[in-house]
Amino acid sequence: MASKQQANWSPYDNNGGTCVAIAGSDYCVIAADTRMSSGYNILTRDYSKICRLADKCLMASSGFQADVRALQKVLTARHLIYQHQHNKQMSCPAMGQLLSNTLYYKRFFPYYSFNVLGGLDENGKGCVFTYDAVGSYERVGYSTQGSGSTLIMPVLDNKLKAPSPLILPAKDAVTPLLESEAVDLVKDVFASAVERDIYTGDRLEIVVVKPDGIRREFMELRKD
Amino acid sequence: MVQSNFKMSKEATDVPPRGGFSFDLCRRNEMLMQKGMKFPCSFRKTGTTIVGLVFQDGVVLGADTRATEGPIVADKNCEKIHYMAPNIYCCGAGTAADTEAVTDMVSSQLQLHRYHTGRESRVITALSLLKTHLFGYRGYVSAALVLGGVDVTGPHLHTIYPHGSTDTLPFATMGSGSLAAMAVFESKYKEGMTRDEGVQLVCEAICSGIFNDLGSGSNVDVCVITKGHKEYLRNIQQPNPRTYVSSKGFSFVKGQTEVLTTKITPLKEKVEVIEGGDAMEE
Repeated sequence: MASKQQANWSPYDNNGGTCVAIAGSDYCVIAADTRMSSGYNILTRDYSKICRLADKCLMASSGFQADVRALQKVLTARHLIYQHQHNKQMSCPAMGQLLSNTLYYKRFFPYYSFNVLGGLDENGKGCVFTYDAVGSYERVGYSTQGSGSTLIMPVLDNKLKAPSPLILPAKDAVTPLLESEAVDLVKDVFASAVERDIYTGDRLEIVVVKPDGIRREFMELRKD
Repeated sequence: MVQSNFKMSKEATDVPPRGGFSFDLCRRNEMLMQKGMKFPCSFRKTGTTIVGLVFQDGVVLGADTRATEGPIVADKNCEKIHYMAPNIYCCGAGTAADTEAVTDMVSSQLQLHRYHTGRESRVITALSLLKTHLFGYRGYVSAALVLGGVDVTGPHLHTIYPHGSTDTLPFATMGSGSLAAMAVFESKYKEGMTRDEGVQLVCEAICSGIFNDLGSGSNVDVCVITKGHKEYLRNIQQPNPRTYVSSKGFSFVKGQTEVLTTKITPLKEKVEVIEGGDAMEE
């Protein structure tokens, strides 16, 4: 009896990497490492996984970077159209819905892209949306995606303890941490993930979104 | 049908089969394949860079210290340079259990041989024992080794592949980082190097593996073997310190983990201790 034929070519590849986002009362921290790899090889140590989709809305994506690039292009193009039609920038929740629809549009040949959307909502409060590859999304107080996510998520859960949306009265999703504490937590958590995950490392890019503007900083990580 | 079963069980209790390849598990493998298990099942590649080179007075062996389980680092500082004899060491790449077991086994055999012959072990003895064992297991013992040492006949360096083939070389690399390390060797190796030049080149080659291969990382281990003397330089280089330590640290207050129920079961009744009681009997 002939066994089932398996494909010997795959349209996907995994370029690794980890992304994190944390929402605060008046800020949002989005961070991702800058390593791009394929198999056991490093392709580059200096690749940005964070894309600015709108004025106060950024997306960090890990997975297959060719699909991530294509997705970023589609979203920035759609945002441009939105600006022409509505004469304003897209808000973060609106971009969140657009990303979900774009991902589900390719339900049967998905974007191999694991996304975290971060920014400020219409009230100036931090907002983070987390996605799977086909567009299922949820607004949360913090999230992580990528190869190091399983190492980082438990630590964030311990520190930021997400209140369940089922508990009444409805608790705020944003973390009570200060901006400096949140950035310190992100740095510590990445330094730890890099110790144990081979696909995460090289350099950490941190972007902080606040009502008055955006700040970017870098931190060195282990290069092995 | 019943009779043949009876016969099979009777054979199982008789003398176990002597040597050769046992096909007992083939029926089981067939059954598993029908149930959907994929062959060959994926073994965990440990990802490694191991090297060896011959210099003026002996051999230098080098290895990284990362052990991986898929994409996760299982051990950040493991030892990949194994002891075989006082004058022979062996670096191992591949499945960690296999390299550990096979080097321990041959190391014991060498010691027994030393007792039997009253002489220092020779590298080619270790080589033959290893390759014979690996060949017999048809490559299923996934151990790729770099064997080096100095004996009465001089310095020797060999590579041994999982299927049992061997090479005798002036410089050698194995493991997932072997290409990165070999690039350094091919570029900078020369015959008749001094000890310091040899150690320097080995460190460079291992560092090349550590930084360019994701399966290798952490620190550099080196072992220098010369006539009548060996130096095991554990963690000679540590080029990967932790980059950030939070000054705040982590504090776990009582109540952070929700306690659902508490049940206390005393194991022993309360015992009264009397000072200056009866002396213990012998």
